[in-house]
Amino acid sequence: MSIAGRVHRVGDHVDTDVILPGRYLTLRDQAALGMRCFEGLDPGFAARIAPGDILAAGRNFGCGSSREHAVLALRGAGIAAVVAESAARIFFRNAINLALPVIVAPEAARALAAGEAAEIDIAVGVIRQGGREWRFPPFQGEVAAIIAAGGLAARVRATLASGAAPGG
Amino acid sequence: MQRTITEKILAAHALEGEVAPGAIATIRPDVVLLNDVSGPLAFSQFAAMGATRVFDPERIVLVADHFAPAKDVESAEQLRLTARFAEQYGLRHHYGPGRGGIEHTLIAELGLVGHGDIVFGADSHTCTAGAFNALGIGFGSSDLAAALATGRLWLRVPATIRVELTGRPGRFVSGKDVILELIRRIGSDGALDAALEFGGPGVAALPMDARMAVANMAVEGGADWCVFEGDATSLSDMPARGMAPRPPVLADAGAVYARRIAIDLDALQPVVARPPSPANGASVEELAGTRVDQVYVGNCANGTITDLRQVAEVLRGRQVARHVRMVVVPATQRIWRQALAEGLLDIFAEAGAAVSAPTCGACFGGHMGILAAGEVALATTNRNYRGRMGHPDSAVYLANAWVAAAAAVAGEIVPPEQVMGNAAGGIA
Ligand code: SF4
Repeated sequence: MSIAGRVHRVGDHVDTDVILPGRYLTLRDQAALGMRCFEGLDPGFAARIAPGDILAAGRNFGCGSSREHAVLALRGAGIAAVVAESAARIFFRNAINLALPVIVAPEAARALAAGEAAEIDIAVGVIRQGGREWRFPPFQGEVAAIIAAGGLAARVRATLASGAAPGG
Repeated sequence: MQRTITEKILAAHALEGEVAPGAIATIRPDVVLLNDVSGPLAFSQFAAMGATRVFDPERIVLVADHFAPAKDVESAEQLRLTARFAEQYGLRHHYGPGRGGIEHTLIAELGLVGHGDIVFGADSHTCTAGAFNALGIGFGSSDLAAALATGRLWLRVPATIRVELTGRPGRFVSGKDVILELIRRIGSDGALDAALEFGGPGVAALPMDARMAVANMAVEGGADWCVFEGDATSLSDMPARGMAPRPPVLADAGAVYARRIAIDLDALQPVVARPPSPANGASVEELAGTRVDQVYVGNCANGTITDLRQVAEVLRGRQVARHVRMVVVPATQRIWRQALAEGLLDIFAEAGAAVSAPTCGACFGGHMGILAAGEVALATTNRNYRGRMGHPDSAVYLANAWVAAAAAVAGEIVPPEQVMGNAAGGIA
């Protein structure tokens, strides 16, 4: 799986309240949520994203509320992958479960230049931008299986249908 | 192998895998908890999974709290979807407006969580269950849809950080200050990918409500969850909540910790977290004089009867300052009634505070007390992120209930003793 898009940058400790403010938690549609993405931090953000773009973030990305709506908002806005110095546990799981790759690659997260095109090869584990490249360990185990299935719903659907117990 | 409390509780619930820090294990929950915001998203994922039955209708708890009572047509629809799922799958536990309250306070009150239990909750503050010598593990909606269908989830076993408590808190110091002080020291990601364990002789000096206030904000320090040592207090608390008592889970001597942190309760002073991070703890003195437009007392951990009594202690015979809106939200219906019976609600109303039905309300910027641009609130809640309670240019300070009530009376942040020492009452 390969992702190519322009890079947008946010800082450290970006919480899910600024990604998708609480008053929009009555929405469930991805496109509608996408229009509100980062409204709490930068109201012009959603309009600047082209489908397939990459978000570079600092430490503890997605901290705070467990709202999966934050992942839907990022996806709805067009973000195809997040590269972060570190990510909050619940956000990381939510993103993987909705097949939005969150790559924890501290050096790349710090170095990726905003506004420039970059490319990510998820399977190989490499991020490239302007002649530079950074390696990261490809997803393994259950995380890899969920991404390969296209999300947790598809993964559980397949295991329920086969009669096997999912997870593990 | 010598184990931490987290490792012991996980091991008792492991279906597959190894329970050692860094390893992946499949865990079964005792309780699965969803609300009117995380629930509807989970129900559609549940359908997308092709699931046709829930793993156990007795162990699933649905609570309408975020937008309850409904604030508009869209939230009414979310409440309807929540009630419908409960009915469709014959769930034993569904609590709508007027019957429940805020989920984390409610499941404790209902006697659904005790020593050694595991709660899977589609809400980050599920970690509140740590107060009861249990693991409350927060997830998103897709994960909990899978849990509804299968009664299990995989997770990475965290290392444990031990927080050793000694001494006893002084006047105007509460559980809130313990956790705000801890997060001030370790930062918002200080416990990332780790579990917190609170133990030591100081635990005995913290009543259950104070432990809930501590456990509730473990996630604000980045922790996967937290767990208190059980003791005589938590043991006698179980029958008080209608549960059969069972021995607490204690750490083995020689258990391995990633880090040890000591907090001396004797030395602790009230802590106020400046916006926009719960890690921005400062002393009341440093922030004294900060003018507030709204004071909010409520939320899953600080809308307890203990908090309401502290507020009443300050407000009795005093008035909320003219320019301040004070909103008091008892966390559950039972706490609301207890406050009514004790005459606390009347004290609040008399002082000029608005008292609401139990709801998450303005804690997450939902409804019932939203802030306008430029406004400043002091709240007993757990998050002061940018725009958390309303406009992106509003600000929230976090503090305990005494400090909150004192700010309501003074119209600005002040040490509680300054207000309490004023026998004449209202400063307004
Ligand atoms: S009271 Fe606030 S923190 Fe607690 S569950 Fe409700 S919204 Fe979340």
